[in-house]
Amino acid sequence: MKRAPPSPLPAVFQTWFATRGWTPRAHQLDLLTKARAGDSALLIAPTGAGKTLAGFLPTLVELSSRPRRTRGAGLHTLYISPLKALASDVARNLETPIADMGLDIRVETRTGDTPASKRLRQRRDPPDILLTTPEQLALLLASDDATTLFATVRRVVLDELHAIVASKRGDLLALGLARLRRLAPEATTVGLSATVREPDELRRWLVDRRAGKKAALVVAPPGAPAELSMLDTRERLPWAGHGAAHAIHEIYERIKGAKTTLVFVNTRAQAEAIFQQLWHINEDGLAIALHHGSLDAGQRRKVEAAMVEGRLKAVVCTSTLDLGIDWGDVDLVINVGAPKGASRLLQRIGRANHRLDEPSRAVLVPANRFEVLECRAAIDAAEAGAQDTQLAREGGLDVLCQHILGMACAGPLDARELYGEVVSAEPYAALSQDLFDDALDFVATGGYALKSYDRFAKIKRMQDGRWRVAHPKIAQAYRMNVGTIVESEMLRVRLVRGAGPAKPTGSPRGGQRLINYPARLSGESAPQAAYTGRVTRGGRVLGEIEEYFLEMLSPGDTFLFGGEILSLVGIVENEAHVARARSDSPKVPSYAGGKFPLSTYLAARVREIISNPAKWERLPEQVREWLALQRDKSMLPPANRLLVETFPRGSRHFLVCYPFEGRLAHQTLGMLLTRRMERMGLKPQGFVANEYALAVWSLADVSAPRVDMAGLFARDMLGDDLEEWLEESALMKRTFRNCAVISGLIERRFPGKEKSGRQVTMSTDLVYDVLRRHQPDHILLRAARADAMTGLLDLARLADMLARVEGRIVHRRLARISPLAVPVMLEIGREPVYGEAQDQILAEAASVLIDDAMGPA
Amino acid sequence: MNVNAPTMQSAREAFDLAGMAVAPDASGALWIAAERALVVADLHLEKGSAFAERRVLLPPYDTAATLARLTAVIARHDPRVVVALGDSFHDIRAGGRMTERDRDGLRALTSGREWIWIAGNHDPAPPEGLGGVAMPELRLASLTLRHEPVVGSAPGEIAGHLHPVARVWSESGSTRRRCFVGDGARLVLPAFGAYAGGLNIRDVAFGGLFRGEVHAHALGRDRVYRVPMSRCAPD
Repeated sequence: MKRAPPSPLPAVFQTWFATRGWTPRAHQLDLLTKARAGDSALLIAPTGAGKTLAGFLPTLVELSSRPRRTRGAGLHTLYISPLKALASDVARNLETPIADMGLDIRVETRTGDTPASKRLRQRRDPPDILLTTPEQLALLLASDDATTLFATVRRVVLDELHAIVASKRGDLLALGLARLRRLAPEATTVGLSATVREPDELRRWLVDRRAGKKAALVVAPPGAPAELSMLDTRERLPWAGHGAAHAIHEIYERIKGAKTTLVFVNTRAQAEAIFQQLWHINEDGLAIALHHGSLDAGQRRKVEAAMVEGRLKAVVCTSTLDLGIDWGDVDLVINVGAPKGASRLLQRIGRANHRLDEPSRAVLVPANRFEVLECRAAIDAAEAGAQDTQLAREGGLDVLCQHILGMACAGPLDARELYGEVVSAEPYAALSQDLFDDALDFVATGGYALKSYDRFAKIKRMQDGRWRVAHPKIAQAYRMNVGTIVESEMLRVRLVRGAGPAKPTGSPRGGQRLINYPARLSGESAPQAAYTGRVTRGGRVLGEIEEYFLEMLSPGDTFLFGGEILSLVGIVENEAHVARARSDSPKVPSYAGGKFPLSTYLAARVREIISNPAKWERLPEQVREWLALQRDKSMLPPANRLLVETFPRGSRHFLVCYPFEGRLAHQTLGMLLTRRMERMGLKPQGFVANEYALAVWSLADVSAPRVDMAGLFARDMLGDDLEEWLEESALMKRTFRNCAVISGLIERRFPGKEKSGRQVTMSTDLVYDVLRRHQPDHILLRAARADAMTGLLDLARLADMLARVEGRIVHRRLARISPLAVPVMLEIGREPVYGEAQDQILAEAASVLIDDAMGPA
Repeated sequence: MNVNAPTMQSAREAFDLAGMAVAPDASGALWIAAERALVVADLHLEKGSAFAERRVLLPPYDTAATLARLTAVIARHDPRVVVALGDSFHDIRAGGRMTERDRDGLRALTSGREWIWIAGNHDPAPPEGLGGVAMPELRLASLTLRHEPVVGSAPGEIAGHLHPVARVWSESGSTRRRCFVGDGARLVLPAFGAYAGGLNIRDVAFGGLFRGEVHAHALGRDRVYRVPMSRCAPD
């Protein structure tokens, strides 16, 4: 028998592992060796592989071997996680080995919820291990005692690294890490991550880029392969929609048959709908709970606690439960709707069975026919172990501006030194000196070509050339605005007494929308259901909901929220007042399909499946029939070409194309396409997009030979057409607003704290208009443009698609709608329809006058 | 003929205000053809630099943007008199913060014609050296031009101060626009300034002003749309 090499673990740790009946895993010991050698490392491990313990083991070993904890030894290890809850969870998990082994180690958390007195004490007398978030790290680094606080740090543990890197929060963390490297040059970093497509991206991210090295890579063995299946429904598969109502009985049966189930959905609206339907048929009274980001925090904590205690049979949840916390005995994951991406799906599957040796069980429930294809593609990808998340990104300029101000708050700032520090961070490695100078200029005086703000500068240059903040109030404002998460405008949902009158469902949108109607404004009488008086305050707050959604409702409209059917009473200031409704068929919120676009990788797989009938055998029969019908009536979209169908229907002419690039890119395409059609005299009336296709309708015949399809889809639509559209695009303005907030141009509550979010949007829109005309190359416009490439407009993806299909457009002129076009056509009336110019709305509203004048008395 | 296209357009959208024909302009100005008077409200010049004083460094181009639009609408109508309905300057220090270029631009506008600065709550008196005559309010034929609408009935009043906007909706969606709002007896003008925010005409601040049937005249890209109140939603 071969002798095992001497363990790097001290005896007390070996004993501890042994008493728990565990053996230290290879990757845990490997990480310990790396840390001893002073190397930073990336650990890639599946859920349940003891990742967190691996990350902390070097710290615990090192701290256990020091003589005795002396007061003022200082901070030894920083742990940073994207979730507050995860930090608390890890703190609890660390207490066990520390207590078992009798180690003299103090662990504390610091989040936005930590009381001010404790935060102050933590700075004076820091614990050995501090568990915190990227925002709190930024705040600590911007404080004037950062140098002493962090000088003793030896180790930085970054949890769920894959989830944080590909975002502005990741940019902020990367910049914080760069500063940390300067304050604590001896510190090593360790990143904990799920499996990713390109580990090198994360390995570079963890170290100083200027050294040209990468962190060491430690890969834990993968867990047992997941048991993945798609629900082969007995019911008829819907053509469109995301509700999966057809499969509700089958979902219920699966829940019944498992110990504990997580039911993942993509949107809060879906979560509400599924939860409601499950309770409708819950004859066994199973303990089924609901969890999503809009619910009141207290409510969510209750669900989480019940889950940990094993009191729940199932939780219907959104991506709020994608990450982190160990839920104990989940043995089944049901994913309802489209998985959107292979990595996302794997992450969700990983939530079942946090034990490596048992396979995770997951069932995918497609809500419509296209989703069947997407589910199939995702299962194939998962079985092949394919990953599709792209992590590397160019750091946001707005985040850089925020960081520069923060560093000036910490103390006098040397611009040369800071530049060197910033380019040591992976997302900013390519940042030019000029761009950095622009950012510095922005922080100081706004970065305007017109130099009229010198006397109002936020940071000023001192005699020695270094920069300092001009006023203590600026540091205060920085602290209020730190972070990169800009919430969309939310309204609190408050339950007021009494059951509201429930309007019958199916009432057309755009009906009476007069909320909080001041009756004295004119001679008109207030609509019947409108709120006319002050409703008693003091009802229970149920949670928050996006303002734009509530704007679509009229008083009396019913919707699902928090698992209840509510009726809107009225909107009063920043609150939506609701009542429990006497109705059993709510007007379900028609949230757009989902926040996450279909990944490029999965899209390619879907295209491949459709175009190749040999791959259909693993598809349900209904879907095979549907595709075969498409082949006969029109054609199958070829894998590398763009199929465009045109056909008349009713009094209109339709153009449907199938780029498979996600809803956001399709919406942008729709905006640009209708602009071009307008110029060609085709009189486009509107369009609707889903994840797979785009449908545009017009008054003129788009099938006519004079219509040049290649010209219509030519790449140059990303030139002047795009510029013109960006000028008025609401999405672009929202993107700009986010950049303005993150960069510190305006405060989160701008201009006055008493004003509502609605006016805020208006104000930054005005700033956007003026800046665009007078200084189009301003750094904030550049930042917003960069965001638009990947964010709400998904321009980069659209550009790639247009390039891919150039000269490869297949046009089919059809007499009637094709089978493949049915799903997107059904979205008409379900999804918001986008018209071209907003002036159209004014013209329509104005024409009411004419109708009134001409109509019967 | 000096009747150009925009004037024709304005004439089409003109309406009667207490016996006088007035025409709303898509820029937000009001054209009173019989008097060859052009009325603008709430220019809020130097609002950007007022924020900058409090270290919110908004782009310093708002004055230039506002003056450029004002110059264009003046060139279109060639008015005999221009009336600025108060809050023309964002605060009493605004004149001192204006760039020399903007001061010259404004002087060129005020020197070519009769120019009246009505007093507003932000600017009880206009800055020195920019031309024009200061007045608390102005009677123009049957009309009274003042900054803040008075409480109670005021036939023939043209005022600003409230920065009206309308959220106009139709089957295609909704859009929030600056607007004129009036009932045929009195009229409130939209704010003209580039950085002037807006107040929804469904706000209580507009309550009690009107007796007759109220219409919003919403500013479109090239023209003004007359919209019934039933098509204007609250925010």
